[in-house]
Amino acid sequence: MSDPIKPDVNLDLKGLLCPMPVVKLQLAVKKMAAGQIIEGVATDPGVMADIPAWARTSGNELVSIEQQGKEYHFVVRKTT
Amino acid sequence: MEKDNKLSMVVFSGDMDKVMAAFIIATGAAASGMDVTMFFTFWGLKAIQKDSSLTGKGLFGRMLGLMNRGGIDTIGPSRFNFGGMGRWMMKTMMKQKNVASLPELRDMAIELGVKMMPCQMSMDVLEVGADKMLPATTPPVGVAAFVEEAVHSKATLFI
Repeated sequence: MSDPIKPDVNLDLKGLLCPMPVVKLQLAVKKMAAGQIIEGVATDPGVMADIPAWARTSGNELVSIEQQGKEYHFVVRKTT
Repeated sequence: MEKDNKLSMVVFSGDMDKVMAAFIIATGAAASGMDVTMFFTFWGLKAIQKDSSLTGKGLFGRMLGLMNRGGIDTIGPSRFNFGGMGRWMMKTMMKQKNVASLPELRDMAIELGVKMMPCQMSMDVLEVGADKMLPATTPPVGVAAFVEEAVHSKATLFI
């Protein structure tokens, strides 16, 4: 399963618990330009609900989020 | 009235667990692109005192300062504190599970631009001077300042 989108930024959120995954994600997204892609990995199961909610509230596009074993991989495109 | 993408919250409690909830919600909302204002009143002031140095001017104020030390690392949970044992245990458990500590959460809130307003009247009653507040806080304000924030907010909370 290969990802056709090449990320501009990679973010390691492993080991972090609420609220740190969304906080670190926002701090990383803030430094990016509109249209850029960020790919992240987390281990907190809470991100499956939290990152989609963060994307809806902040107005960024969640391209994908999926569980791979004990990790949660996601791709976000900065829209604003 | 036009509402901004803003969250306003009153932090009345000075208990470790409730202050933690307040900072988690504040950082989460700020991370989601909301403007966040926290109004710290009464016991909540303890969470934005820069350290746990003694406060108070008169006899009662000094007694209160002694029994009710401020500083975010000094405050205990609302239940099962047992004179500090509970605080130590909770901190240890949070560390083991790699949850951000209260000082870290507060630093993160500051970094995300969360506005922190201390309540002037509570500071007067509890005899806590403005010099005891964190530099990141606004000058002390009154209720009207909070109400102005609240009427422009989509969400308001009292903790």
